[in-house]
Amino acid sequence: MIEFHLDARSGVAPYLQLIHQVRQYLRLGLLCEGDQLPTVKDVVGQLAINPNTVLKAYRELEYEGLVAARPGVGTFVTRTLADGSLAALAPLRRELQRWIGKARRTGLDDESIEALFLTTFRSATEGEEDIA
Amino acid sequence: MTAVLRAEGLGKRYRRRWALSDCTVDIPAGQVVGLVGPNGAGKTTLLHLAVGLLQPTAGTIEVLGDRPAASPAQLARVGFVAQDTPTYSGLSVADHLRLGAHLNPGWDARTATDRIERLGLDLRQRAGKLSGGQRAQLALTLALAKKPVLLILDEPVASLDPLARREFLQSLLEAVVDQGLSVVLSSHLVADLERACDYLIVLIGSRVQIAGEVDHLLDTHHLLTGPRRDPARIPEDLQVISASHTDRQTTLTVRTEGPIHDPAWTVSKIGLEDLVLAYMSRTADAARRPALEVQR
Repeated sequence: MIEFHLDARSGVAPYLQLIHQVRQYLRLGLLCEGDQLPTVKDVVGQLAINPNTVLKAYRELEYEGLVAARPGVGTFVTRTLADGSLAALAPLRRELQRWIGKARRTGLDDESIEALFLTTFRSATEGEEDIA
Repeated sequence: MTAVLRAEGLGKRYRRRWALSDCTVDIPAGQVVGLVGPNGAGKTTLLHLAVGLLQPTAGTIEVLGDRPAASPAQLARVGFVAQDTPTYSGLSVADHLRLGAHLNPGWDARTATDRIERLGLDLRQRAGKLSGGQRAQLALTLALAKKPVLLILDEPVASLDPLARREFLQSLLEAVVDQGLSVVLSSHLVADLERACDYLIVLIGSRVQIAGEVDHLLDTHHLLTGPRRDPARIPEDLQVISASHTDRQTTLTVRTEGPIHDPAWTVSKIGLEDLVLAYMSRTADAARRPALEVQR
C-alpha cells in the first residue's frame, strides 16, 4: 500500500498532487497492476484532506485508464506506466548526471542549475504545445 | 445540486454598524466549506444567521431549503458547534451524552459512544478537566451524534495546538466520508482550511469578496511579475486583486478565466493563503483611499 504526502507550499492543487504521485509510483514500478490504492477514508484520515479531493483524483486516474474502482471493495491499479520506459530511465539518468557534472564544472551553483533546467523544461514543453 | 445555504442580499446591522452587508452566496450540498476572513469580518454573524440565532436586518437566508430554525425538524437537520467548541465544564462526559440524547430526537447513541471510546475519553471525567483538544472532540461528538445534514462550526480549531487541530480535522473529515454530511466551518487561518475545504468563502470587512470551489480559485488566480508597467496599461481581461511596484518591477495578483499570453510576465501559481491575503490587502487599500483624498 502506498502513502500520499502533500506539499502545502507548492501551489499545486492537492488533487493534482495525488494524481502526480500515483503516476510517479506507476512509472517507478512502486505500484503495479492489481495493487490497491488507499481508500478515501484512509487518505482523509491520514492527511486531514477533503474527501472530494481524493475522489476527484481517483476519478481522474480512472478516466485516464490507470485505475478502476470496484464498488464496495476499493480502487485498483489496472495499468502500469513502467513497461518500456523503465529500461530507458537508466541511460537518461546517466546523461543527466553527466550534464549536471558539466554544469557544476562551469561554476554554476545548485540553484542556478535547477533554475536553468526548469526554465528550459518549461519552454520546451510550451514549444511542444504550440506545435500540437 | 441543491443548495445547503443560500443567501441573497443578506445583511445584519448592530445599531449603526453593518456586521454583514449585501451577502449573496449559494453553497452546494456535499461540500466542506471554509469561511475565512480576519477577526471581526462578520464570520460569526453569518453563521449565527444561518442557525437562526440572529435575524437578518436585510435580505434573505435559506438553509436546507427552509428559513433557519423554522421548525423542530429544521433544527434537527442542522448541527452547530459555537466558537471555541463550548462544553459544560461541571458536567461529565457521560452527562453530555445523556443531555444530547435527551435534547435531540434523532440522537444516535452508538455513534456517540463509539467515538468517545475511540478517543479514549473517560465517561466519568468532567468536561472542565479535559484538554482543549478533548473538549473540542467532545463537542464534535455531540454535534455528529445528532446526525445532522449540515454541520456548522465556528472557529473550531482556533484555540487548539497543531496536533489537536490536525486530529480534530481528521475526525471531522472522516465523519464527512461516513455520514455524507455537508460542513461549513470558519477560521481566520487559511492554513487550517486549505486541505480540508473544497469550497471557500472569503469574508472581509462585512462583505463577501469571493466565493467558489478551491480548485477553481487556484486555477483562475495568478501571480505575475515583470518589468514595471503603468497600472493603466494592464489588459482589461485581467482583474487586478493586488499590485505592488518598485522602480523597475511590477508584481500583480490577478484573476482571469483565460490563459496569460503576454511574454513580459512571469506567471506563477498562487497558494490559497496568498490569494486570501491579496484580497485582504485590496480591502485595506480601498479603505485607505478616501481618507487620502480628504487630505488632499
